[in-house]
Amino acid sequence: MVGGGGGPGLADFQPGDPRLGRGDRSSKILGPLRAEGGRGVLVATASTFIVIGLIVFAVLHSAHWLEFKQAFFNAKVLGDSFPDILRAFRRNIVYFLIAEPVILVLALLLAVMRSLPGPVFFPLRVIATIYVDMFRGIPTILVIYLLGFGVPALQIPGLPTSAIPWALLGLVLSYSAYVAEVYRAGIESVHPSQAAAARSLGLGRWQTLRFVIVPQAVRRVVPPLLNDFIALQKDTALIAVVSGVAPEAFLESQIYQAATFNFTPVLGAAICFLVITLPLTRFTDWLVGRQRKKRQSGAAL
Amino acid sequence: MNQAIQVEGLHKRFGSLEVLRGLDLSVDDHEVICMIGASGSGKSTLLRCLNLVEPIDSGSIVIHGREITAPGVEVNAIRRQIGIVFQSFNLFPHMTVRRNITLAPTRVLKTTRGQADEEARQLLDRFGLLDKADEYPDRLSGGQQQRVAIMRALAMQPDIMLLDEVTSALDPELVAEVLDVIRELATGGMTMLIATHEMGFARDIASRVCFLDQGVILEQGPPEQIFTDPKEERTKQFLQRIIAAGRM
Repeated sequence: MVGGGGGPGLADFQPGDPRLGRGDRSSKILGPLRAEGGRGVLVATASTFIVIGLIVFAVLHSAHWLEFKQAFFNAKVLGDSFPDILRAFRRNIVYFLIAEPVILVLALLLAVMRSLPGPVFFPLRVIATIYVDMFRGIPTILVIYLLGFGVPALQIPGLPTSAIPWALLGLVLSYSAYVAEVYRAGIESVHPSQAAAARSLGLGRWQTLRFVIVPQAVRRVVPPLLNDFIALQKDTALIAVVSGVAPEAFLESQIYQAATFNFTPVLGAAICFLVITLPLTRFTDWLVGRQRKKRQSGAAL
Repeated sequence: MNQAIQVEGLHKRFGSLEVLRGLDLSVDDHEVICMIGASGSGKSTLLRCLNLVEPIDSGSIVIHGREITAPGVEVNAIRRQIGIVFQSFNLFPHMTVRRNITLAPTRVLKTTRGQADEEARQLLDRFGLLDKADEYPDRLSGGQQQRVAIMRALAMQPDIMLLDEVTSALDPELVAEVLDVIRELATGGMTMLIATHEMGFARDIASRVCFLDQGVILEQGPPEQIFTDPKEERTKQFLQRIIAAGRM
């Protein structure tokens, strides 16, 4: 997902948004089946086999299937390249593990800065707003390219001269802007009466944010935050544009692809990402479904 | 008797809507004032102004001889002395009942956690909710939640309690348990300002009833007089509508 396009905007995550309900997908698919009983399951199974069978048949008998198979699903090329790609993929994981905690903290800071009330904090609000607007508006790959190639070229003493730390910083800067908006949506979704109750007890603005507003906000935005985790895990591949001597999975697969004139290694890299992102996606959906159920039962009380 | 609250010429407007139009009110220590009047007459706004939840436009509010509407007053210090309970409870849903009660004492008064817990235990015991101490608010009935909200305000040991239609959001069968708590507070000598639609309760508990109309106190007096022999035409009309609605 080039350019962090997967990063969610504010509008995407108003709690109570019906789209958050996507999480219940599995039960939405299976729910009607259960209701229809054994016959429904039978029909579903049969029609699934027929549809998939038709697709497979169409693909296998298409004019260029063999060339296609050769270029993208070459078992020998995959076998030769996959161990190295997998090794390189460890870098993606490390990048993710370094970037994510920094993003979570920086973004929360930005969101709180934007939420501070009162004229005294006007400059902080402006700074945070400009930051978020800027980095949401620039493609992530551009930020990574600029920092990863640009800053080491300056040869400033005391600063890292390798591209990777700077590329990581680019990823962090860009994602913090998105995640800050997720947090902010959470903060704004906490009803003003909560702040009024806290202030009426004598808690200050800062105490109200810290003990009453932010804890509730963070709980509400866990699912969208997980979505951003997934996007970030994928976007570690963007570091490929500057990673040179320390290739991550995507660049490693490109190296093999260039050597073999075959695209199967890139598919291998894709598999690496899927192994991580698929379970995370399922988990996020499950969590969203659970939260929605909780909310509904809470409303019924 | 000492004067607890002195309000003079209080004005408050929301945009073009003038809610309070030069309201005057004087409350002595240990008085229980019930404020009645139609929706929009300014009852809630007055309470919110007294707690400085709403900034006022003009006029003055003096609490225990100190003008709290003067510039440069430490707002949080004022709020500590005045407890307010809202119609919609507004408990903190992510905290247990106990933590709801102890949050402000530990963070504002800097009471130790142990002592705050002990004080919370006493409050919960006194109002019969000790077994709910470790529950979260969404596990409680509306009446229980509102009682916790009252305890949460009491934990700050206020001199004055403001109650803003605290039973209006409750199912009828849950109203009594909340009113009992308020009754106990009145017996204990708490100075209270109560905005309410429970006329029977007002008649029962109030040392004085104030009828608010169009942003001022149109008529006030002992409950027997207001409810049986109102002087103002608008007070009569209001009480007749209440009787017609079967609320008295």
